[in-house]
Amino acid sequence: MTDAGTTTQAQPSSGAETTPAVDFDREPGSYKHWKLDVDDAAGLAYVRLDIAEDGGIVPGYELKMNSYDLGVDIELYDITQRLRFSHPNVRAVVLTSGKDKNFCAGANIRMLAQSPHSWKVNFCKFTNETRNGIEDATAHSGQTWIAAVNGTAAGGGYEMALACDQILLIDDNSSTVALPEVPLLGVLPGTGGLTRVTDKRRVRKDRADVFATKSEGIRGKQAVEWKLVDEVIPKRTWDETVRERAEAAAAASSRPTGGTGIELPPLQRTESVEGIDYQHVHATFDRDRGLVEITVDGPDGGVPESLERVHELGAQFWPLAMTRELDDLILRLRANELELGTWIIRTRGDVEDALAMERVIETHSKDDWLVNEVRHYFKRVLKRLDVTSRSLIALIAPGSCFAGALLELALACDRQYMLDGTLDEDDSEQGDEAQIMLSESNFGTFPMSNGLSRLGSRFYGPGADGDDHIAKMRQETGRRIQAVEAMEMGLVTDAPDDIDWDDEVRIMLEERASLSPDALTGMEANHRFVGPETMESRIFSRLTAWQNWIFVRPNASGPDGALRKYGTGRKAEFDRRRV
Amino acid sequence: MSIDYSEKIPNNVDLAGDRKLQRALESWQPNFLNWWVTMGPAVPTQDVYLRTAVDVGKEGWAQFGHVAMEEYRWGVFLAERGDDRRIAFGEQKGEPVWQQVPGEYRADLQRLIVIQGDTEPASVEQQRRLGETAPSLYDLRNLFQVNVEEGRHLWAMVYLLHAYFGRNGREEAEALLQRNSGDLDSPRILGAFNEETPDWLSFFMFTYFTDRDGKYQLGTLKESAFDPLSRTCEFMLKEEAHHMFVGTTGIDRVITRTCELMREHDTTDIAPHGGIALNVIQKYINFHYSVSLDLFGSEQSTNAANYFTAGLKGRWQEERRRDDHLLTEAGFSIDLVRDGQMTQDEVPALLALNLDLRNEYVKDCQSGLKRWNKILEKHGFDERVYLPHVGFNRHVGLFREHQVTPKGDLISADVWAQKVDDWLPSEADKTHVQSLMRPVYEAGKIAGWIAPPSNGINGKPFDYEYVHLA
Repeated sequence: MTDAGTTTQAQPSSGAETTPAVDFDREPGSYKHWKLDVDDAAGLAYVRLDIAEDGGIVPGYELKMNSYDLGVDIELYDITQRLRFSHPNVRAVVLTSGKDKNFCAGANIRMLAQSPHSWKVNFCKFTNETRNGIEDATAHSGQTWIAAVNGTAAGGGYEMALACDQILLIDDNSSTVALPEVPLLGVLPGTGGLTRVTDKRRVRKDRADVFATKSEGIRGKQAVEWKLVDEVIPKRTWDETVRERAEAAAAASSRPTGGTGIELPPLQRTESVEGIDYQHVHATFDRDRGLVEITVDGPDGGVPESLERVHELGAQFWPLAMTRELDDLILRLRANELELGTWIIRTRGDVEDALAMERVIETHSKDDWLVNEVRHYFKRVLKRLDVTSRSLIALIAPGSCFAGALLELALACDRQYMLDGTLDEDDSEQGDEAQIMLSESNFGTFPMSNGLSRLGSRFYGPGADGDDHIAKMRQETGRRIQAVEAMEMGLVTDAPDDIDWDDEVRIMLEERASLSPDALTGMEANHRFVGPETMESRIFSRLTAWQNWIFVRPNASGPDGALRKYGTGRKAEFDRRRV
Repeated sequence: MSIDYSEKIPNNVDLAGDRKLQRALESWQPNFLNWWVTMGPAVPTQDVYLRTAVDVGKEGWAQFGHVAMEEYRWGVFLAERGDDRRIAFGEQKGEPVWQQVPGEYRADLQRLIVIQGDTEPASVEQQRRLGETAPSLYDLRNLFQVNVEEGRHLWAMVYLLHAYFGRNGREEAEALLQRNSGDLDSPRILGAFNEETPDWLSFFMFTYFTDRDGKYQLGTLKESAFDPLSRTCEFMLKEEAHHMFVGTTGIDRVITRTCELMREHDTTDIAPHGGIALNVIQKYINFHYSVSLDLFGSEQSTNAANYFTAGLKGRWQEERRRDDHLLTEAGFSIDLVRDGQMTQDEVPALLALNLDLRNEYVKDCQSGLKRWNKILEKHGFDERVYLPHVGFNRHVGLFREHQVTPKGDLISADVWAQKVDDWLPSEADKTHVQSLMRPVYEAGKIAGWIAPPSNGINGKPFDYEYVHLA
């Protein structure tokens, strides 16, 4: 059993009590649920959702009415990644349905009803990240996503459309957009729906309230009037108009033309009971202590700085290769290793070599599409780390290369411990001490979901206080900083010397492991996101938090709760007390 | 040049080979010596005939000789144990004991050690000025012996903090010297350790009753699953026994002298004759016993239960007890006041561990009373001293809100106020006892309110020059 959630014990036997291992490897030839058509010349891609009903990622439900589960979303994530890396000429993406009259009915309810709490939470987190990735492509890659809603879009279906830059709705007098979660299921449209309706589409809050409680949804002109969609298009001109809109978006795109995409070959990964090994990223499980030790290797012998070489290397280009591996590892650990509650993060390599990554990014991310994609991909993976419900601890020891972009890994952690001095007296010389280095990329190249850099979040203070501190940090870029100084600068939590190191770290980890996992998750999430909120941070910190609370309440997941009664023909029995 | 601390500091913890401890000593020892000079005994001495432990074995544990006190060799000792010690109680019963602090219990263990450690220097501070009124050189020497050993006990706790609790532990060790008894800004943790020990009768009472509380606390820590703590406390108990001996025989000798004076002057009112009346001794017993009971904490304690379940702190002689050592089912009878009546209630044994320990302590305290009553009997007196009721004069626990007489009767606050001077030392009693406190520094001589001891130290006679004053 990997799940201790309250919903599990009450589950009917459905094979879902034990969470199956999830695999995130996909490639276009293996898609079960999507069709990707790329028109390179026009700079357009059509992404069609055509769900295989019997293709659920776990047994126990059928994916009717174009409803999705985690497996469907893993494919969508793969598509978003390939569009960005393998199809540089795609400047507009049309998201539509391959099924008549049905755009997408959202997350499959039977899947939700039979899933343990942890599965629901992981599923929602991943789908949210994919939706954010779609918005990120529109904002930073010049790949504008347009939802061509050619049938009813309900719940998660409409939320998928909400992630797109434009929503076009077919005007057939029957297709609607709807968020029926509250009235039908007793839960929330948790994949950003509530937030995007108000924050992105600027729907008035009273109308949003009406919309989110109206199970049949809204169609036609009213949907436009309420800003739920941008345009309704008659059936007979549907295809041409959608294409026109897509072509217009492509024409307005900033994405450079004439690029040659790179392949994203399957990751080379060795899995064993002890851990997962990639080329640049290594994870060792320590099940007794409930932790995983993650080591990210810096580049071996430097990073090429010529663009030709970067493109030639493609997926082998260290920053991209490392980011892909780290991304995969995070997803696997999150989905499959629920009891490894603490992630220890180390790096290994040469500080100067590691910095080459930033030089490439700083120099070329504005004019080279691939370098730009690598930057934003690493940014998204760091954001995954930010919203990961595990205790993240950076251990900075001699031989590590927490410099610039890689320093972001440490800054994403809840605590940073840096060894003062060296551990092995005899073999080391002065200069072998652990060092970290700040670079320009620590000051906004990889923002968090709250819009701040990790340093900005770390030193968040009212007005000038925080800014002053950041300004001072900026003067320290490019310099090797050792433990005592890092401690003074506030860049690390503690800097034990060689005598204390082992004990301090051991005790801290054991202490951590003894605390309530739920309280830790809540505490860490609160500490990680300080200061301002953005739509993205609101989706994770409010919508998701509320959703996860509602999920564990009997009104949703109890035997008589709405999720469990859906589709049985019987009404949910609510505990009517407001909490 | 690094100092060879293992030369200066007798130990059985491989000081020479332990860099962690080396550093601990380098940073801590100067501060400790500074504390000893400013907060330790106020009477200047050349040297004192002291017992020094240089090893835990029979040979090494008690070596006697004249030592300048600031050069006393405060050592670090852990009792020897077999390798296969197992946890004797709680959820992890039967598992091997811990040689390292488990992170899960770091905070709790550190807290237990700090509280224990805080009492050790506190009593030195409380007794700082007592030397100025010592009734004999023999007594002065005993006071100093107690003081240096309390100092060593502080060392023992500091050793644990340094060796096992990292930077945090070092900071706590530092704070043990920064808090001072009676300091308004930075007092000692436990209230009873912030009162000055004003006179020698109080000192004997303190060593009998309050140090005995220490003995019982050490006894529970001796059971700890954290082996270094367990072994440290076991060795400390050995020394603690001497402190109790000072108290027991001290009170013996006061009572003996009181008997002599009563006989000589044929009156119980011996104050005019330079003695301490039996009823005043009883009031001192009442006071010190009751405040020492407060040190056991509330009768029902979830902290104590948690410590037990986790294996951090056991019961007195845990391993000799015949029960399941888990106490998840057992009950325990508890005295309390309900609706104005003294009554009893049954509570879960796990929650009553403080009371369990206190009951053991009370039994132990009785033995002294028996002893002293024998002295009264031998001298042909019918008067007897006794322990007051556990509810008497309490400021902690179930009786805190109630006024209870020494016999155990509930009374009103008004009656209490009228009678309190009959039960606790009055201003007049204290003033009188204080007036008797005149130093006697001549070897072989003794103050008039106390009888000489029947034996000297380490086979030396009473008139031996135990202390060379400066």
